[in-house]
Amino acid sequence: MMTSAVNHYFGSSIGRKHLVAITGLLLCGFLVSHLLGNLLLLVGPDAFNLYSYKLFALGGLLYVIEAGLALVFLVHMYLAVRLNIENMRSRGKYAMKKRTGRGTTLMSATMPYTGLVLLVFLILHLMNLKFGTVYTTVVDGTEMRDIYKTTMEYFANPVSVGWYVFAMFCAAFHTAHGFSSAFQSLGLNHGKYFGKIKIIGYLYAIVVGGGFAFVSVWAYMKGV
Amino acid sequence: MASTENMTLNLKIWRQKNATTEGKLVDYRVENVSPDMSFLEMIDVLNDQLVRKGEDPIAFDHDCREGICGMCSMAIDGKAHGGFKNTTTCQVHMRHYKNGDNIVVEPFRASAFPVIKDLTVDRSAMDKVMAAGGYVTANTGNAPDGNAMLIPKPIADEAMDAAACIGCGACVASCPNGSGMLFMSSKISQLALLPQGQPESPRRALNMVYTHDSLGFGNCSTHAECEATCPKGISIEHIARANREYMKAAFTYHEKKRSEGGA
Repeated sequence: MMTSAVNHYFGSSIGRKHLVAITGLLLCGFLVSHLLGNLLLLVGPDAFNLYSYKLFALGGLLYVIEAGLALVFLVHMYLAVRLNIENMRSRGKYAMKKRTGRGTTLMSATMPYTGLVLLVFLILHLMNLKFGTVYTTVVDGTEMRDIYKTTMEYFANPVSVGWYVFAMFCAAFHTAHGFSSAFQSLGLNHGKYFGKIKIIGYLYAIVVGGGFAFVSVWAYMKGV
Repeated sequence: MASTENMTLNLKIWRQKNATTEGKLVDYRVENVSPDMSFLEMIDVLNDQLVRKGEDPIAFDHDCREGICGMCSMAIDGKAHGGFKNTTTCQVHMRHYKNGDNIVVEPFRASAFPVIKDLTVDRSAMDKVMAAGGYVTANTGNAPDGNAMLIPKPIADEAMDAAACIGCGACVASCPNGSGMLFMSSKISQLALLPQGQPESPRRALNMVYTHDSLGFGNCSTHAECEATCPKGISIEHIARANREYMKAAFTYHEKKRSEGGA
């Protein structure tokens, strides 16, 4: 059972947890860059459209980055689903459902569900915005996609905003557990600093989840 | 809250004839329970009543009744060892309950722990994980000098914290994923910290994780419910250390095959 240690790594519980942790932290990083982009909505239509235009100006490189991001998403989701199915089997038919209140939190217990909401959200989000209605505008004499208009139109609908805020609440819940859990999975837990990692995780969840939700509500209040 | 007078309790206890039949919760009433009794003594009283009536007594695991052997595996009101902090079932005293309380008693639940009878489960999967860890090389002969091998006090303390594991299985039963990570990691951690365990360290990590995974234990998702129920208060820091040990071993350790010139 010793020979192919590295091969075994990618099939083992710990190896796969490492991959879930690494992809999860990469996605946390992506959310920060996405939120910073969204904040350009507050600056104005031109700033937001120029940002989008410059991203598309990367050309082939953008496709490589997008493919990489999609791969990170897929690995994270695939392994999380696989691990969850195994965990359900390991619990057995009569698994104990009561908790001491000193371990499992609402955040950790709802990881599969908040994850599922985020998957549905991701698909709808791409359909509604990235692949949504295409308008064009001219900034500084250059014709470009008016993604600002698409976004503001989308957020003019209170149902869209409600769903968006709910999904961001789930994202906050998911990362509140996921952030520090990723460090634990990667073996980075010590009494000296783990308390601080947990606090950073909670702050991350509040700032990022709250930030996205804030921008959507701001867009709704501002109107088209 | 704490009772000083004898109580009457209504129990629902899992009765299961053997590993192949379905079990069910059966109602029992126990009178004259002293608050000074331990939970196991309370079941002794009930079993005495059952035997006198000619009924089959409730099978449950127990041995030292001092909280150090790890035999008394049962879930009280849905929580391993009753969910009290740093407490095994044998150290749960009836003063925690009051007259007329309803208490549900079940075996430790996990796919890796099949029920043998009533409250007794087969925890030999843990023995298999332990055995997969293998041996530790040690010098034989005369007793070594006490200070020949220097181990810093904090490291020795941490190794002892992990070594406090009594293998009761509460971590597996309380884990929402039925994972044996806290048990496995405390065994890996205890030896990884000490010089005596170093030569076999990578092989131990690889074999124990491999065996843990193949026996139907689940994966860790850092709920830390194990840490909360562990009667020895073992921290999930040891799971993190096992994760590191395993990663290090998987990427750096290689045993040469015979064809490659190995033994």
